[in-house]
Amino acid sequence: MSSEGVDSNRRRFLTAATVVVGAAGTVAVAVPFLSSWAPSARARTAGAPVEADISKLQPGQLIIVKWRGKPVWVVRRDEKALASLTTVADNLRDVNSDESIQPEYAKNEHRSRKPEILVMEGICTHLGCSPSYRPEITADWQGGFFCPCHGSSFDFAGRVYQGVPAPTNLTVPPHYYVSDDVILIGEDGVA
Amino acid sequence: MVKQWLIILAALVFPGAALAAGGYPVYPDDEIKVDWDDKAAMQRGARTYMNYCMGCHSLHYSRYNRVGADLGISDDMMRDNLIFTTDINGERTKVGALMTNNMSAAYGEEAFGVVPPDLSLVARSRGTHWLYNFLRGFYVDEERPFGVNNGVFSNVGMPHVLVELQGLQKANYETVTDSAGNESQKIVGFEQVKAGSMTADEYDRAIYDLVAFLDYVAEPYKQTRKNVGTGVIIFLLCFLVLAYALKREYWKDVH
Amino acid sequence: MSDKQTTGFVGWMDERFPLTKLWEDHMAKYYAPKNFNFWYYFGALSLVVLVIQIVTGIFLTMHYKPDGDLAFASVEHIMRDVDWGWLLRYMHSTGASFFFVVVYLHMFRALMYGSYQKPRELIWIFGMFIFVALMAEAFMGYLLPWGQMSYWGAQVIISLFGAIPIVGEDLTVWIRGDFVIGDATLNRFFALHVVAVPIVLLLLVVLHIIALHEVGSNNPDGVEIKKNKDENGVPLDGIPFHPYYTVKDIFGLTVFLIIFSAVVFFMPEMGGYFLEHANFVPADPFKTPEHIAPVWYFTPFYAILRAIPDKLMGVLAMFGAIAVLFFLPWIDRGKVRSVRYRSTSHKLLLAMFIVSFLVLGYLGALPSTPARTLAAQVFTAGYFGFFIGLWWISKNENTKPVPERVTW
Repeated sequence: MSSEGVDSNRRRFLTAATVVVGAAGTVAVAVPFLSSWAPSARARTAGAPVEADISKLQPGQLIIVKWRGKPVWVVRRDEKALASLTTVADNLRDVNSDESIQPEYAKNEHRSRKPEILVMEGICTHLGCSPSYRPEITADWQGGFFCPCHGSSFDFAGRVYQGVPAPTNLTVPPHYYVSDDVILIGEDGVA
Repeated sequence: MVKQWLIILAALVFPGAALAAGGYPVYPDDEIKVDWDDKAAMQRGARTYMNYCMGCHSLHYSRYNRVGADLGISDDMMRDNLIFTTDINGERTKVGALMTNNMSAAYGEEAFGVVPPDLSLVARSRGTHWLYNFLRGFYVDEERPFGVNNGVFSNVGMPHVLVELQGLQKANYETVTDSAGNESQKIVGFEQVKAGSMTADEYDRAIYDLVAFLDYVAEPYKQTRKNVGTGVIIFLLCFLVLAYALKREYWKDVH
Repeated sequence: MSDKQTTGFVGWMDERFPLTKLWEDHMAKYYAPKNFNFWYYFGALSLVVLVIQIVTGIFLTMHYKPDGDLAFASVEHIMRDVDWGWLLRYMHSTGASFFFVVVYLHMFRALMYGSYQKPRELIWIFGMFIFVALMAEAFMGYLLPWGQMSYWGAQVIISLFGAIPIVGEDLTVWIRGDFVIGDATLNRFFALHVVAVPIVLLLLVVLHIIALHEVGSNNPDGVEIKKNKDENGVPLDGIPFHPYYTVKDIFGLTVFLIIFSAVVFFMPEMGGYFLEHANFVPADPFKTPEHIAPVWYFTPFYAILRAIPDKLMGVLAMFGAIAVLFFLPWIDRGKVRSVRYRSTSHKLLLAMFIVSFLVLGYLGALPSTPARTLAAQVFTAGYFGFFIGLWWISKNENTKPVPERVTW
């Protein structure tokens, strides 16, 4: 053993180079492992767009469609519900949906393509419970959706009221009208 | 004693000898080498498969859209030209779905004696060589329920579904005598007795395409695997140079 | 403890946990002989393969279904539907075979250089337990893909226990949890393969390394380097494991990874030896494949089993072939470790053992014929003959003089 004639610069360089290249290799190896957690082809197929038939949907009625394992509501809002959208505006946290998630075509007061038809993910933006539909307007309930978990409430367009835990409005999934009576949920379709 | 050692030696040196003697003779026995880059052949093979095989033999580990993406067939084209099956709701099978078919196991067993197996992995279990010869090995045999036998898979329970393409052929035999003096019949050639819509060369080409498709379906990620592998090995070779230089540098200390 | 007082974070740690001490005892001040050759890569490599198997195994478990109706399809789901799933699976299946490659070479190294001799008997015995645990791990793992080979291979191996007098048949039913191999068997093998045996393996590996680092590594000359120390108590022929053997092992590891990747990416089936063709057919309890053979790493022992024309004796011979290895430190009565300085008869015996092992492995993979059975008997005799011969010759062996210091 001796350390005579050791070129410590070269040694340091080689060590650093090996460590850097080795670390790069390790990161590259991590990619396939982490990617295997992404939804598989099976999950992607199961999460394919689904059709909702609204020909029999009555005013005021809500149907639930399963898309990517989540409940998606399709509601045909009646006159009263539509009228309430304007009257509740002052009580809402994000009236214009600036901080909420929805496709561009649903970023309006009624948060939908057609004013009377609402398509919305039934998942509370607070902690992921599914709110319930409470269409009756009473003295102390302005109508809309109420989350039983932590008391968040939303209007008939899924916009969150002030003073509740949920931070943003409910999410509108991509959707479009295949025909007047059929909505495809999961795709934006051609504009 | 010497003779015993010779037997032992022979057993070690000629591993194939015993197999060849034990197995029945196989005809035809032609070589095939599948070109993994030949997407056009695989597309043609897929068409043949969907038209002639899929009714009985599913490919239920595979998905239509994956096959389409890998072979360059668009989802619409796939839906319009290659999906002939229906799903449990009776609707045309979705393009992202597994490639199942509508034959029930019970029906398969009643019609053919055995349930026609799924063929997703047949190119890995049987090999492409076997498939290529099996599909070209049907010949007339009136004693069999479907009127045909096979030179590669004796007494196969499957009818010759490609008969409209190949036509029918009969086998020519030769009597062979083995070392123990037992005589047996061996197929040495086929002779066309009824023409099909294809010439012999065209049929061979169609079978090559079909085998290429099955080879692809058995391991759809084969091309990716080789491409990634090349990159990985080039990276490791570069790293090896560094690792070697580092080792040499440190080991200068050791006397 | 280190001579210098450590400070900062390491100092804080050292007051509460022997961080520096562990590092020095096992890496920076663990003195290994400087004359390690090619054969000394395989210990570190087997540790690397163990890590590969554990990591890939954990990720496979996330997608696999231990259910007789779903297992086969879930493996194909991994191979086709899961992003990069084919890579995880091929790494795991190739890793299984490479585990045995490196472990067999590691064991051969020990045989050649007498690494099992006093005072390293316990290292050898822990190592043998690792080998046995590894065989159990590989055997149970092979059932999980639920293909024809998985099923019938497990059927044959479990039936071996039926050879035990009186309790044998009941024992096989108990192991299977059913009258044939079924869902219950698959589920318990899954639990053992992914939880129980890996824990045992890890524990044994720790014991193996603790024992090794207590007595120090042997070397190709079989010289005890601790006999010649300098004024600081450092062996004259020793060099610190870190950095010298870390950089050397990184080099060896890279070569290994190149070979490993070549198999994973270009020939994962390895001609039907790593992934057998019949295993691409789902398990069918009514139909045995025409030719069943265990995976290549079991074939030497399988050949011994088939060589003996009696069920119980065959099973005993097979287990005996493994058991006898445990006693190697006492069967070898020699005082000289390395083959370099041992007698010609020892060299011949070792050569006979290796040839027998390889030929048995070759025969075990082939369908049996009368001639092959005869050959298997001869080489089974060669396998066991090694141990008898070694015991015999090592009493008064005509050895060459062993040098004082390692040759370099």
